[in-house]
Amino acid sequence: MAGGGSSLKSYLLVRVALVIPTILILLTLVFVLMRVAPGNPVSAALGGHVPEAVIKELTHKLGYDRPLYVQFGSYLWHLLHGNFGTTITDKREVSQIILINGAATLELTVAATLIALAVGVPMGLIAGRFRDRPIDAASRIFGIVMYATPVFVLGLMAQIVFGSWLNWLPISGQASPLTTALLTTHTHLLLIDALIDGNWPAFWDVLRHLILPASTLGLVFAGVFIRLVRVNVIRTLKDDYIEAARARGIRERAVVYRHAFRNALVPVITVIGLEIALLLGGAVLTETTFNWPGIGHALYIYLQNRDYAAVQGIVIVFGLVIVAASLIVDFLSALIDPRMRYQ
Amino acid sequence: MTDKPDTALPGHATLPARPGRFAPALRRAFRPVAEARGFARAMLWTGAVLTGIFVLMALFAPWLSPYGFDQYQAAGVQFAQLAPPSAQHPLGTNVQSTDVLAQIIWGARTELMVVALALVFSLTIGVPLGLIAGYFGGPFDRLMVLVMDAMFAIPSLLLALVIAFLLGSSITSGIVVAACAITIVYVPQYFRVLRNHVTSVREEPYVEAARAIGAGPFTILGKYIFFNVIQTVPVLATLNAADAILTLTGLGFLGYGVQPSQGAEWGYDVSRAVGDAASGIWWTTLFPGLAIVLLVTGLTLLGEGLNEAINPVLRQRATTKLKMEDLE
Amino acid sequence: MSAAKPHPDTPVVSVRDLRVYYGTPKGPARAVDRVSLDIRAGETLGVVGESGSGKSTLGRGILGLLPEGTGLAGEVLYKGRNLVTMTKEELRRMRGPELGLIFQEPMTRLNPLMRIQEHFEETLRQHHPKLSKDEIRQRSLQALGRTGIPPTRYKHYPHEFSGGMRQRIMIALALVLEPTLLIADEPTTALDVIVEAQIIRLLADLKRTSGTAVMLITHNLGIVAEACDRVAVMYGGKIVEEGNARQVFADPKHPYTRELLASTIALETRKLHTIPGAPPSLITPPPGCLFHPRCPDAMKICAAAAPPEEQLEGRRRVQCWRHSATGAIPAGQNAPLGREEISVAFEA
Repeated sequence: MAGGGSSLKSYLLVRVALVIPTILILLTLVFVLMRVAPGNPVSAALGGHVPEAVIKELTHKLGYDRPLYVQFGSYLWHLLHGNFGTTITDKREVSQIILINGAATLELTVAATLIALAVGVPMGLIAGRFRDRPIDAASRIFGIVMYATPVFVLGLMAQIVFGSWLNWLPISGQASPLTTALLTTHTHLLLIDALIDGNWPAFWDVLRHLILPASTLGLVFAGVFIRLVRVNVIRTLKDDYIEAARARGIRERAVVYRHAFRNALVPVITVIGLEIALLLGGAVLTETTFNWPGIGHALYIYLQNRDYAAVQGIVIVFGLVIVAASLIVDFLSALIDPRMRYQ
Repeated sequence: MTDKPDTALPGHATLPARPGRFAPALRRAFRPVAEARGFARAMLWTGAVLTGIFVLMALFAPWLSPYGFDQYQAAGVQFAQLAPPSAQHPLGTNVQSTDVLAQIIWGARTELMVVALALVFSLTIGVPLGLIAGYFGGPFDRLMVLVMDAMFAIPSLLLALVIAFLLGSSITSGIVVAACAITIVYVPQYFRVLRNHVTSVREEPYVEAARAIGAGPFTILGKYIFFNVIQTVPVLATLNAADAILTLTGLGFLGYGVQPSQGAEWGYDVSRAVGDAASGIWWTTLFPGLAIVLLVTGLTLLGEGLNEAINPVLRQRATTKLKMEDLE
Repeated sequence: MSAAKPHPDTPVVSVRDLRVYYGTPKGPARAVDRVSLDIRAGETLGVVGESGSGKSTLGRGILGLLPEGTGLAGEVLYKGRNLVTMTKEELRRMRGPELGLIFQEPMTRLNPLMRIQEHFEETLRQHHPKLSKDEIRQRSLQALGRTGIPPTRYKHYPHEFSGGMRQRIMIALALVLEPTLLIADEPTTALDVIVEAQIIRLLADLKRTSGTAVMLITHNLGIVAEACDRVAVMYGGKIVEEGNARQVFADPKHPYTRELLASTIALETRKLHTIPGAPPSLITPPPGCLFHPRCPDAMKICAAAAPPEEQLEGRRRVQCWRHSATGAIPAGQNAPLGREEISVAFEA
């Protein structure tokens, strides 16, 4: 790999350096958004519930009466030290929310992504390969309808059919209360925790709870992959090197599999990274629908309680996750596509 | 493939839009639509019909709907709660005793009004910003790109949610709140697409030529670049409208945006049905859900059909299969 | 390199009455219209013409490498078999070991995600499944060596090569299968002049080193003069003149060939010569001779009937009324064609 290593490293460094302004602006944006609203975080959260004097005191204690630029400075300073703040309503560390609720969201989104890929990529490949044949039309219609279906509608219908009518699967929560009580915490990822303990009943219980929310979110995202993969296959099949391979008498199957499919899947990695934003947005709805104790559900609760500090912390985490994801995706595609390293 | 008879092949959508007036530009924009064939044509028509049905529903809601969107009684008799579909209530009633069909019909009005408003807002902000940043470049462009990229880093539903949450306390009209929330989400998209398109068109020979004969920057932007670049907007706007419906219903499902006293909103209707799922009551979820799916599908088909008709990469070569014997 | 060389006078490929029509909504475009030609072993045949004359389509038509739905008829005889009526699978087996093709634009013809090595391995395994890994390597490096690519670059990716080097790799990738006929479709159009000369020399050397016949499609008459034994001039999907390259250049028989030669720029060029008018429409071609609307020598007959093909001395042929057998033109039809008559005839 002639010199690939060093150029990859410098590419990596440049890419990281480019992210810094994005993060800064993101932080500023969120800060400004949360402060343009009338009132301050304390009065918004507690106004009407506690006496005016308590609010005043708390406002002062938490520093919300300082000039905005001072607040902004200390906010950045705390973030730099990994301190995402404390919620006002229930005094939880935002980092704890990220750790515990984030694990539930991670479990849900990873499972959903796997389902989306398993359904979407093959359908997209086949649709692109057999363009304009009935199977293409069917895949595309499936993809469009899936995209057009809100996760909460699909989720509720699944609850009605598989939970209420057929009584096959649980429709709410991440695990039954008994399992939650008995499971020891290692990673906060319940599936992994159950595996570590070798607790098969718990594993089965957690898995059963995961099926409906993950399938719901996964199927909706499969639509995105079908569309994307299909267009890429069509585009790649028109590439010059495909014609050149045919001119060398390479079998059509090999042309399609080795050349077109492989090359068409490279951008999919990029899109997985971009879709993380959508996936997290979808997770808020899925978690609310299935009462899944994830970070999106937590956000929903804190929004209802008008807890600005919590909302600000969670939104920033979401933003950072997405920025990090796009960074990782860029590295991965640089590893896969040799051209990227030299750009 | 230099000497394939390119000139003989149909579809000249790849031609750069020459500086022109509105009518020829429109005709040029619509030609690929008229020439669309096969699946693209089917998508266009299905999409147009589906969307059209909902537009009609929205326009004639007062005449079409059997009841008002918040009506829970008729002639002093309260409607049954969670009644299954019947002659009186073709799609049943929900937990608040309101008629599901009425909610759907009036909901079409709310959805389309918010999306139309959001579309107008985001176009008036996003398009000029994109044109100017793309054409002039420089520090303004770089700053705008950074800001828009940072906005992209927040999941769109989340961004809309936060905006709706913040505006909810100061603006009373839920429709305006929702439209503003959606606008913030889609401005970066229009900005990005327009800007990138302008930066590539800016160096085209015909723009260079215009610059060489002394046309000012705003003449070039208005006469040469605008009509070329604006062709991408219908596709983007239609697809974004579909996406916006999903964002709006998502907001409604979470209880933000249009408030139940101000109008029917499908996402909010479904959120009312969350408790019904456990008892197997399906009509309160299925029918508003279907309304969302059908409208979003309609708009998506319309956008995808347009895209396929206009985008030369996706467009199927309109070859007619030849039988040589017939030509001898 | 390749096995027993066939007798130099038997053609390796005979094209007879080949027609390639593209379907368009306005009607069929006759990109190649009843073309016949022979290519002999070890011979380099240049095919020249303007853009849209059908020369690239002719090259692809011989290999059957055309977009789906394209109409193809006539005969392409290779070792006694007609390629036009072969099944897709039979034709696929022919491509590579029998008939090679290299393209105009080398930059995009290699799969960017595959090393050069993988391209060779894929190609050789496809057609010679029994070759060992070492043999594949040896044959690939040998082919690359002939085109001037050092073995050290065998494992590199396509983006690490310049355009000229990629074209050499494409040629090596075709040569490694030792085809009987190599069709080169404007192989140097996208390259700069110095690289162009190197590639042309490489192609010209092929017949000496391996007896491979080459069909060189180009719009550059200089290349034909330098590298080709014979030349076929195409206009509007037909071959209007064919013959020994030297003879044709020294004494062009068809007015189009003459005009084309006059339009080339040489050192002594003082005033640029152009052929007025545009190439004919392939969907609604003008009646009679396709060139008559632009022909300075046009006669009345030219606008009325297509000229027959005349065989001249020394394997030369031309499609032009000027060279038809005496008595072929009816009386009075040999009067010069007025310009206004052309437009009338053209619109009719």
